[in-house]
Amino acid sequence: MQDSVVGLDHYGDDDADIELVDGKPKKRVEDLLLNMGPQHPSTHGVLRIVLEMEGEIIVKATPYLGYLHRGVEKLAENSTYSQIIPLTDRLDYTASMTNNYAFVRSVEKLLQVEIPERAEYVRTIVAEMQRLAGHLFWLGTQSLDIGAMTVFFYTFREREALLDLFELLCGARLTMSYFRVGGVDRDITQEIVDRLYQFLETFPEKIDEYNTLLETNRIWMSRTRDIAVISAKDAVNFGLTGPALRGSGVNYDVRKAEPYGAYDKVEWEVPLGKNGDTYDRYWIRVEEMRQSAKIIKQCLDQLPEGRIAADVPSLTYPPRDKVETDMESLIHHFMIATEGFEVPEGEVYCGTEAPKGELGFYILSQGGNKPYRLRIRPPSFIHMGAFEHMAKGYMIADIVTIFGTYDIVMGECDR
Amino acid sequence: MELAIQVLVILAQIAAVLGVVLTHVAYLTYAERKILSDMQDRLGPMEVGPHGLLQPLADGLKLFFKEDIIPAGANKIIFSAAPILVLVPALIGFAVIPFGRDSLQLGAIEITPYITDINIGLLYILAFSSIGAYGILLGGWASNSKYALLGGLRSAAQVISYELPLGLALVGPVLLAGSLSLKTMTEAQGGGFWHWYVVSQPVAFVIYMICAIAETNRLPFDMPEAESELVAGFFTEYSGMRFSFFFLAEYANMILVSCVAVVAFLGGWQAPLPVLDFIPPVVWFLAKVYFLLFFYIWLRATVPRLRFDQLMAFGWKIMLPIALVNVLFTSIAKYIFS
Repeated sequence: MQDSVVGLDHYGDDDADIELVDGKPKKRVEDLLLNMGPQHPSTHGVLRIVLEMEGEIIVKATPYLGYLHRGVEKLAENSTYSQIIPLTDRLDYTASMTNNYAFVRSVEKLLQVEIPERAEYVRTIVAEMQRLAGHLFWLGTQSLDIGAMTVFFYTFREREALLDLFELLCGARLTMSYFRVGGVDRDITQEIVDRLYQFLETFPEKIDEYNTLLETNRIWMSRTRDIAVISAKDAVNFGLTGPALRGSGVNYDVRKAEPYGAYDKVEWEVPLGKNGDTYDRYWIRVEEMRQSAKIIKQCLDQLPEGRIAADVPSLTYPPRDKVETDMESLIHHFMIATEGFEVPEGEVYCGTEAPKGELGFYILSQGGNKPYRLRIRPPSFIHMGAFEHMAKGYMIADIVTIFGTYDIVMGECDR
Repeated sequence: MELAIQVLVILAQIAAVLGVVLTHVAYLTYAERKILSDMQDRLGPMEVGPHGLLQPLADGLKLFFKEDIIPAGANKIIFSAAPILVLVPALIGFAVIPFGRDSLQLGAIEITPYITDINIGLLYILAFSSIGAYGILLGGWASNSKYALLGGLRSAAQVISYELPLGLALVGPVLLAGSLSLKTMTEAQGGGFWHWYVVSQPVAFVIYMICAIAETNRLPFDMPEAESELVAGFFTEYSGMRFSFFFLAEYANMILVSCVAVVAFLGGWQAPLPVLDFIPPVVWFLAKVYFLLFFYIWLRATVPRLRFDQLMAFGWKIMLPIALVNVLFTSIAKYIFS
């Protein structure tokens, strides 16, 4: 009797489970278990998903996270507030500017510090440039996943132009660390302003160019319409934010709900979807790119003169030329660079609209120059919670579309 | 003696056709990369040789010298046989393609511009192209990998679904020419482009082109090897020479279906206008094939990928009925007008 079940051993079942019919094991129907990732060409990093499938239809999809866990939150407990800024770069590495922004806003909220107007405008400009770069990155990879490879190269061409501008602004292209508590690191130069105007002049045409390949493409529509549908109610219940939430028609954008930066000083709209499917989320991101371009343009037009960092000596560095000639300034610079600054006791949560959704930082301070506890609310992680809900019943080919439609980045998801 | 010379001539012909086809396959990969690059604002291969012209050679050498890996748990015999089972049918079809009009006379020996002209030429090509599906299915099954298995199954389903409308689309030209021989078919389309079957059979031509793309597993129907979902589909576990066999087969198939399309619909080696007859027929043949190949590459740069169920629905619910109706109308028209 034992011999007849030997062949089934590797299914990992106990012998007792096997029913015998005429001395032979009874044939059973099992769902196909497919392990996708952590190394897979289209899981956008090291995401692992175990799929239970009936043929090609997904019965159950379980994401296993943590392959890119670097302990950012724990590291932050031993770092001064300025040292945390580079750590935030590495959360959503396709949008480091907005990560920086979200973090410094939380600290500033705790410090109750007034930001100069020019700094607010510069921050808004770079945050929106980052949103453009992030959405371009998303559009390219999403269409590549669905098989339209040309869009990928087109969007990366424009993203390249933006990254060049970032390089001009702060010397880095990917991990910018441009924001400082109280302001920004360097002032925006006339050259950047001119080049940005130039970029914005042609950019709407570029969006039209991508759309000729996608917007009314029958195949694109059949791959994205009615795929990964999530109702407004479910979207709210799962805590979705950003384009994933607005795709279901919920009008929530942190930039409008609690305006920060210069968002309340410029005119722009929040694009909203209807069906909550992948196509709507695609459309929203494309519209958001148009709105971002509009915001940047208005900010550039209105860009006021003034300081780019708050005039709070305990927070911000003295002017560079003084550091090199004046002893007191040198000591001042040295103290801020090594010891950081004191943050009063208290706790704060502050959400900022990142390209992927609401990126929030919760900081618990017990005084001193380091946070007692830092907690990040990354949109990608929250969105993964809704993954099974959105993937169930669709086909394996849709899985990549569904990853893509959240715009997940594992650096942020696993932290 | 006579026989020996004949055998020798045939062998030389086979060698020549194989050589030309394989060179075309190698440079088709190069052309694809270059054309795609041009459409996508980038350079493509530039390093090996001037403008990367020696890139196919370098790729071939690299694959040739790679370690031969058979995954644990794979069925060794079938795993090794599958690439051959895919490549051979792809190459064997070229035996019946008439590349030109005139035979070359060397004394008593006549060298024809085709290896052979059998009276069931088209059927022969269709039959062999179906065998290729076995190679894909077996290769996917023997790899002992779920991705490869899914890719293989998809491919088998796809090839069967699209073989039907493809065959039915070719029935139109066959009815008009009254022959399955590719040579007769070409000759029946002489005397200007308005005699080409693409004019009298436009629906069949469109169906044939769509099915041909599906048959060769290319975008938007590249389901079996959909990179983003199934890693590389049925050849996920293949590497080195065996991988290159699948690759060669894919491109050889592309050329083969283009050749068949040219013969069945675009008049083969016939010039589009009788005035242009002074240009050698083989030039016309190649020009038409190159145009179709360019079309395939162009398509790859433009469209996204269909989903598997959509592809099947499209094949069975749209392509097949249209192809059947087309056959019906062609038959009636042929009966009435002849």
